[in-house]
Amino acid sequence: MGAATTFVLLSSNIMVSLLMIMFAKILSEEGLKSLNKIRIPVFIVVIASFVTIVEMVMSAYFPALSASLGIFIPLIVVNCIILGRAEGFASKNPLLPSIADAIGMGIGFTLALSSIALLREILGSGQILGHTLFGNGYKPVLLMILPPGAFLVIGIYLGALNWFDARKKQSQRG
Amino acid sequence: MEYGIFQIIILSIFINNFVLSRFLGICPYMGVSKQLDSAIGMGMAVTFVMTLASLVTWLLFNFFLAPTYNSVFYAIFHTPIDHIPDLTFLRTIVFILVIAALVQFIEMYIQKASPTLYKALGIYLPLITTNCAILGVAVLNIDMFFAEGLPVHNSFINTLVQAFASGLGFTLVLILMAGIREKLELANIPKPFRGLPIAFIVAGLMSIAFLGFAGMNVK
Repeated sequence: MGAATTFVLLSSNIMVSLLMIMFAKILSEEGLKSLNKIRIPVFIVVIASFVTIVEMVMSAYFPALSASLGIFIPLIVVNCIILGRAEGFASKNPLLPSIADAIGMGIGFTLALSSIALLREILGSGQILGHTLFGNGYKPVLLMILPPGAFLVIGIYLGALNWFDARKKQSQRG
Repeated sequence: MEYGIFQIIILSIFINNFVLSRFLGICPYMGVSKQLDSAIGMGMAVTFVMTLASLVTWLLFNFFLAPTYNSVFYAIFHTPIDHIPDLTFLRTIVFILVIAALVQFIEMYIQKASPTLYKALGIYLPLITTNCAILGVAVLNIDMFFAEGLPVHNSFINTLVQAFASGLGFTLVLILMAGIREKLELANIPKPFRGLPIAFIVAGLMSIAFLGFAGMNVK
């Protein structure tokens, strides 16, 4: 999932950045102004095209993964990060910084996703990628693999993050 | 599988609740659940757009994208059935465009027809375009009722019912959450957990409660 999102993020950032440079060369001042009004739909179409590519590649080469992700692949289109970066960064910056931005954002997203998955997998099944961790005495916390686990883990992560931030600020101050 | 209408309603409001068991529409769920009034407004807007979007996307899928006897290519241009282009891969692009356009039109219409409602819904209307629950329900309708090969009128009615009930389910948990968060403002919560973290934990607890519905037998 992280890889798919990163790919879409990267290619749409490249595309949007290129498009904006191209439009800036071709169009007059007037044209640019009217383009500005429809830029969001343009971005969405670009993103949706790449998501469709991902969808098709995934169902062709990784059918098992595609089945387990299911509805979430088409939903990458409405992932706020992608449109946010296209609008906020790629449309205003040249090609190379946009690529760097996309890679950074993608890695960040993948890390966050993986860290949540890691904790849920360890607690929920007592395994990491199929390797048993705690021996037979461990009773899996079934709740963690079920939907509530996700909410709880995110909440606890956010709380921990806030706590670290607060501590850092305090140590800087005093 | 064949579902009755009542089963679909129960399934989509309680058992497969969009927010709590499918993880869709989390952004508005966390963003708009601070006050009861705005939660109700957002819930109404989402339910409305969800139903309309499902209607339109179903029609498009049925008459343009899917290569069946209902396709316009067959009905109007008399293309032989195995020559009809299979456009189902365009689903994501077409759906998101339709939803974006639809939201824009609804916004314009409500602004003209009922300024009071427009004011009440405020900024929530344009925000709905990027609500994953809307695209989610449109895609899900196709997966659940179209791919199953139900008769056309059945899949149409099921689609509408599912969209409306999913919207109601979203509204229900949004309102519940807003009620809880209004109370949480006054509660004594450890400092790092104030705001979003505690909201997520509350959502987790609500999700546990909703897991109880999964035990219901709706067959």
